[in-house]
Amino acid sequence: MQLNRDDLLRAWREMRTIRAFEERVHTEFAAGGIPGFVHLYAGEEASAVGVCMHLSDRDVIASTHRGHGHCIAKGCDVKAMMQEIFGRAGGLCAGKGGSMHIADISRGMLGANGIVGGAPPLVCGAALTAKVRGTGGVAIAFCGDGGANQGTTAEGMNLASVWKLPALFVIEDNGYAESTASAWSLAGDPVKRAEGYGMPGTRVDGRDFFAVHEAAGEAIERARKGEGPSLLHVKLERFFGHFEGDAMTYRAADEVARLRAERDCLASFRRRVTEAGLLDGAALDAIDREAAALIEEAVSEAKAAAFPRPAELLTDVYVSY
Amino acid sequence: MPKKSFRQAVNEALRQEMERDPSVVVMGEDIAGGMGAPGEDDAWGGPLGVTKGLLARFGRGRVLDTPISESAFIGAAAGAAATGLRPVADLMFVDFMGVCFDQIFNQAAKFRYMFGGKAKTPMVIRTMYGAGFRAASQHSQCLYPVFTHIPGLKVAIPSSPYEAKGLMIQAIRDDDPVIFFEHKAMYDDEDEVPDEAYTIPFGEANFLREGEDVTIVAIGRMVKFAREAADQLAREKIDCTVLDPRTTSPLDIGSILESVRETGRLVVVDEANPRCNMATDISAQVAEQAFDALKAPIRMVSPPHVPVPFSPALEDEFIPSAEKIGAAVRSVMAAPARRAA
Amino acid sequence: MPDIAPLTMPKLGLSMTEGQVAAWHKADGDKIAAGEEIADIETPKITTALESPAAGTLRRRLVGPGETVPVGALIGVLADPLTPDAEVEAFVEEWRARFAAEKAAEPEAAPPQPERVATPLGPIQVLEAGPAAAPPVVLIHGFGSDYQSFLLLQPLLAGRLRTLAVDLPGHGGSTKELPGADPASLARAVAAAMSARGIQAAHLVGHSLGAAVALALAEQEPARALALTLVSPAGLGPEINGAFIAGFLAARRPRALAGVLAMLFADEQAPVGHEMVEAVLRAKRLDGAEAALSAIAAANFPEGRQAHSLRRVLADPARPANVVWGRHDRIIPASQAAGLPPHVKVTIYEDAGHVAHMEKPDHLARLI
Repeated sequence: MQLNRDDLLRAWREMRTIRAFEERVHTEFAAGGIPGFVHLYAGEEASAVGVCMHLSDRDVIASTHRGHGHCIAKGCDVKAMMQEIFGRAGGLCAGKGGSMHIADISRGMLGANGIVGGAPPLVCGAALTAKVRGTGGVAIAFCGDGGANQGTTAEGMNLASVWKLPALFVIEDNGYAESTASAWSLAGDPVKRAEGYGMPGTRVDGRDFFAVHEAAGEAIERARKGEGPSLLHVKLERFFGHFEGDAMTYRAADEVARLRAERDCLASFRRRVTEAGLLDGAALDAIDREAAALIEEAVSEAKAAAFPRPAELLTDVYVSY
Repeated sequence: MPKKSFRQAVNEALRQEMERDPSVVVMGEDIAGGMGAPGEDDAWGGPLGVTKGLLARFGRGRVLDTPISESAFIGAAAGAAATGLRPVADLMFVDFMGVCFDQIFNQAAKFRYMFGGKAKTPMVIRTMYGAGFRAASQHSQCLYPVFTHIPGLKVAIPSSPYEAKGLMIQAIRDDDPVIFFEHKAMYDDEDEVPDEAYTIPFGEANFLREGEDVTIVAIGRMVKFAREAADQLAREKIDCTVLDPRTTSPLDIGSILESVRETGRLVVVDEANPRCNMATDISAQVAEQAFDALKAPIRMVSPPHVPVPFSPALEDEFIPSAEKIGAAVRSVMAAPARRAA
Repeated sequence: MPDIAPLTMPKLGLSMTEGQVAAWHKADGDKIAAGEEIADIETPKITTALESPAAGTLRRRLVGPGETVPVGALIGVLADPLTPDAEVEAFVEEWRARFAAEKAAEPEAAPPQPERVATPLGPIQVLEAGPAAAPPVVLIHGFGSDYQSFLLLQPLLAGRLRTLAVDLPGHGGSTKELPGADPASLARAVAAAMSARGIQAAHLVGHSLGAAVALALAEQEPARALALTLVSPAGLGPEINGAFIAGFLAARRPRALAGVLAMLFADEQAPVGHEMVEAVLRAKRLDGAEAALSAIAAANFPEGRQAHSLRRVLADPARPANVVWGRHDRIIPASQAAGLPPHVKVTIYEDAGHVAHMEKPDHLARLI
């Protein structure tokens, strides 16, 4: 699939926004302004953006505990996301969900998910909705290398294949399930697992936005044509710990520095488009400044925003009760 | 009015709602049955025949057989509900919740709250419960207290075919996730059930009879036993109110309190195991809010704190009976009146 | 009269098989006038007074309060005070033996069941009882009720008349799609049900809103209405109890509804049983019923007043007409019976309320 200049600018803007968002959440969390658990997506941006570039609001994704990148790539409002992470009333989920449960159903974002392996069954349902209603939509489950080992992922892949659903399973393998290496915990080859469930499986390098974009495009096209689900095994890197506050003593001393230098998907993208003369550095720099300004505004607005009123504790449990 | 079985009542509710609303789909293991097999289509219509005939009327696109894969299809029901369908998923035996509970209590139940009120999840999980089938420990439990405990879920437990149809139609039209409990020993019970569609609102207890001496609150199949006990007690001049909460979430505690304030005595009958069940919950709420009205200690009639046994000799001993309910009522009638404080 | 007269468990409704003597109002040895209330009979549907079929002295009460016995069973004996005890005993023995033999010989005939008949206006539920060749009577219930409104009256008529009780649209088992909510529209549904049953003309018996429907039918198709009997009719004056209508629409629970239904009777103590209340609640739960009832209430009784006057229909002296009212009617005041044309026979029951057909079924049956 050909990407025009606007597409490339959009991809850069989204990846840059994710990176800026995550870097800033990292520092704000360290400063003590953000409650709870936070899991950052920095280093993995090409996966979320490469996949979600193919989607519109009729398509649904379900995410993981490491979900900020998927939210931004699927079109969630960045300022409302930041307020949510700060626990404010104006947050995308009115301050009731937090980092692990950001969702915006109106944008087809079925939620970050605090349960590893939570997404695949849900995505089977979203894909079923598209199929029954004939919307032409697809549904995509993101899960990590940890989630790939959950029974829900196995069951979801089997059901999607049996029901021939317009679905895609994206295994984002960042090398670690919490502190445990995927090299140890992920037996065999995820691509062969796909084969076992009768669906195509492809491995792509998550450093390479273009590879992700192309592989996802093929799988999504196949789903839209009613030919059933596929699996994408994306090998990528996690620049921060499992959660904020993780000292990462299980990683090699220079590991993150080396990955940032050698396997940064943003650096790779910038080099590719500028060397090919598709975009110039000034245009990319301008987007960088805009992304930084957006995040700056998002944080200062979130810090100034009101917390939910105590009465909100009791609302939104049921539609009616 | 035509008499229909509990099985027919549920089937008719599903059929009428599927006809009325194209977003209603049913899914589950053997919900039609025979999928991919060389023999008959719609071979089972559900393990006990409740969904028989839906396949012929609505086709494979809306009557969805599933692999034995509760996590996947219960989760799929949640995902489908959050994106615009009204699925009715059949979790065959409630005992199987163990393999898919995450999709129910962490996902479906919590979407609305976690997402700040922006999601609705109109799904129904039909599930069989209860002892009396010689089905032993893994196919006989009454796990509705566990679901009642979870904010975000509604729990309906119909006590007759009439109740089953009206509560099922309400469940399907309801915008929240509903766990719908069908007692496997009640499918052949018959009752007058209107041909037309009707709804019974959730959270409104049903007074099956009104008496002055004792309030008996009973749930599901126990309602029938409580009525039998009340009929016998009436011959002994003990005049009972029999109250069926219909739904344990929402729970019509208001009607229970109102009745206890009239009778001053409460017996709660619950087929669920006795620790943290509906009987303990209702008793605690009454003790907290109407202690002054009680003339005698509350009595709870529940099975013992043991798994459901297999042997008929043991299982019959396990299940609360009209005799045990009668004995509990007589004991609260015999309790010395509390001294005024 | 014979020296000894039996008191038996009455059949209150076509499907009743047994009843309970709820209370005796008289003691052994009391002198009783014909028509005097002797006992309360209770079924799950309704409690009603047993009126003495004859004058005499109550010699034996054979069933204690709270006891349930089959329809037709002997529950007491009336006799002349001079009749020897032995004769009374012998009468009881003989009656009981005969009753037991009859019961054993003749299994209970199945009661007639309501049926939904197809009409161009949708399905209409009817309960037909009585000989097909007998003169027809069509029974039209009031607002919020159904054919069971004539639970007590219909069996009394069905012995000699072909009776057809009709559920109005929006009510009972009939369609919830209204052909219109005013009496004239509802009357078209009654006409359609009559046609579907091959009844061209009949004596129309209407209660309350059903009486207005009967009047509307007589006006739009005069040949259909051979005679009219109107019980606490709507359509004769502006007043109506708006609180009753609003309360009926709002009630969702048995207790609340029982309280509203009690307003129908002269007695403060509502005689409606649990089953009757439950039946009304079940009818209200049917899809479309609440909307239909609300539309009918809004079209006929807006803001506690009656919207339609049909007094003019009673002007035709060629059509016999009865207007029957209870003095204690708390829904539509009996004063609206005043000023009717002289050929209209007006009967006011001093001890009845809005539902004389339930409170005075025997008297009403004799009028029809």
